[in-house]
Amino acid sequence: MLSTIRPKLEFLSKELINKIIEEAYIILERQGIFVENSEALGLFKEAGMKIDTSSQRVFITPELIQDCLNSTPSLIKMYDRNGEKEFVVGGDEAHFDPGSAAVTILDHDTGDQRKADTKDLIRFARLTDLMDNIDFQSTGIISSDIPDIISDSYRLYLGLKYCNKPIVTGTFRVEGFKPMFDMLVAIRGSEQELLDKPLAIFDACPSPALKWSNLTTQSLIDSARAGIPSELISMGMTGATSPVTIAGTLVQHVAENLGGLIICQLAHKGAPVIFGGSPSSFDMRKGTTPMGAIETMMIDSGYTQIAKHLNLPSHAYMGLSDAKVNDNQAGLESGIGSVLAALSGVNVISGPGMMDFESCQSLEKLVIDNEICGMALRLIKGIAQRDDPIATDLFQGFTADTQFLSMPHTRKWYREEHIFPGIIDRDTYDYWVSLGKKTSAERAKDKVEELLQKDKPSTLNDDVQIELQNIMLADAKKNGIDKLPKQIK
Amino acid sequence: MNKTGLFEKMKMAVIEGDKHEAESLAQNAVESKMEMIEVIEKGFTPGIQKAGDLWESGEYFLPELISSAECMTSAMKILQPELIKAGVSAKTLGKVIIGTIEGDIHDIGKNLVASMLAANGFEITDLGADVKLEKFISKAQEINADYICLSSLLTTTMIGQKKIITMLKDKKLFGHIKVMVGGAPVNSQWAHDIGADGYAENAITAVTAAKKLL
Repeated sequence: MLSTIRPKLEFLSKELINKIIEEAYIILERQGIFVENSEALGLFKEAGMKIDTSSQRVFITPELIQDCLNSTPSLIKMYDRNGEKEFVVGGDEAHFDPGSAAVTILDHDTGDQRKADTKDLIRFARLTDLMDNIDFQSTGIISSDIPDIISDSYRLYLGLKYCNKPIVTGTFRVEGFKPMFDMLVAIRGSEQELLDKPLAIFDACPSPALKWSNLTTQSLIDSARAGIPSELISMGMTGATSPVTIAGTLVQHVAENLGGLIICQLAHKGAPVIFGGSPSSFDMRKGTTPMGAIETMMIDSGYTQIAKHLNLPSHAYMGLSDAKVNDNQAGLESGIGSVLAALSGVNVISGPGMMDFESCQSLEKLVIDNEICGMALRLIKGIAQRDDPIATDLFQGFTADTQFLSMPHTRKWYREEHIFPGIIDRDTYDYWVSLGKKTSAERAKDKVEELLQKDKPSTLNDDVQIELQNIMLADAKKNGIDKLPKQIK
Repeated sequence: MNKTGLFEKMKMAVIEGDKHEAESLAQNAVESKMEMIEVIEKGFTPGIQKAGDLWESGEYFLPELISSAECMTSAMKILQPELIKAGVSAKTLGKVIIGTIEGDIHDIGKNLVASMLAANGFEITDLGADVKLEKFISKAQEINADYICLSSLLTTTMIGQKKIITMLKDKKLFGHIKVMVGGAPVNSQWAHDIGADGYAENAITAVTAAKKLL
């Protein structure tokens, strides 16, 4: 049997990759990066780097960069909440997770965005659990019915409680790490077991250009020491907070991410790091950051290729849209993005459900995007040779009446070779009319309700639930909050 | 060159975003003791107005618009001290305190708003990014500000906008100092909910919104 080609998209020549990396090295050495965190500055000092204390600027030598790249693992194994299913983050593996962190949710019935609350977060987590093409969950929505101060730990609490998938999350405050870490340990049983079977990825965003803030730097340090993978989310906006050319933005992207990677390695040698991002093509007319722009996707694909060249796991915000409702734009931007991400071999693809410049989540879109993800995942499986001979034996005794429907060969392979949608319309016109002439968004709405009504929430055992709740309550109390909202499923 | 020709050159310098040219024209105007008010009103201001028109008509995008705004601001930096020396009170539409709320170090949007307000005749005190809430209030009191403009990119810092309004109310300053809010996650509903006086979704509407509150 001949081997199957994994279809792949590459934008950059080897020479251009090397040039981009070389310029990133030059920037790190000559301009340096801003690190607004004294602990990290201490680590850089220990490593012998030159530091300008007044501006909190660190100048990083090529030797240290190389050293840190050498100690960063090229792949990470994530595990679901039960610790049973393993997901490899590395190579050309592709895992989708819902885009985060939205501040609003799209209300299908009114067509308006509204603030989300506990109930929405639970529905979102439960629905993500049921999406067969979305491997990871994310703390994708901020809940408005609890004070902002604990919104980071609270969204993780609900995600862990209502969804079995590995989780992509992050802190909003330095103090947020501890309770969030404790929750993960509570699920696994011990710190060692969490180390052996990572359950969560923590996102950390540098501020363009070339700055790691106190909060994000602390998240890198704490995560590295706890063995939690840090996902570096550099996010230059072309021509506004990064160079206007795509290649120029890639230079800055690589420099910022390498800065984060080095902080992780200095905090703990061998710490898992994912080379990710959420850069965008800045719209010079509207002053907005379109995630559905083709240039945004080109930047994503470009740095993913560089991540692979550096032998690092990768991540990107792709497969999301800037549309405000589930219209044509929502589908086309999410479709193009998901397909390009899968073809580029992005390991963690954050996007499904998300719209309006990463500010809004939609349950209906999540269900539609799940099908898009399915198509993208099918695409990268490529065209395989299943049999030898491929087909000549099927034509033995071929007559004018021969058909393939009832052949054992068809039955054997059709589910392997083809995927079947649930939302995408493949009905005849008359049948579609008989079902009420529904648009994909309307069918998605029906699907959301059907799934959430039918399926029981995937729950944890009681002891762990109580432990999680105690950690959450303690964090709330510490911040002067006595009560948590009621959890209505 | 006659005055009309000079004014035309000033206008063109701003339209084309030629900062070097704008500064040298302003400097020459100072040295040749031209009438400052006239230089501003007939020379540079028509330039920024035209840039605004070109933006409105869709011809100019942000890089052109912001270059023009910065041109205008740097010319004004040269002209304004002369006005003060001559005892002419500079015609300012109002004193504005602007900044990004603490916890937030994103300031691209805030910078755009500051540039546009400055170019359109407001006197700007830019506190930068990651600014403590108390700082907004104390600075506003210190310079007797007319406006406080608050920017937030992160949802976590939006709440600071609300807190500032409460702090102003506590100090009985609310109403005297107008509060304008903006930033990616901010919308008109939020502005309304927290009782802000003005809201703008971008740097252009910020000018209109601020003028509306005059």
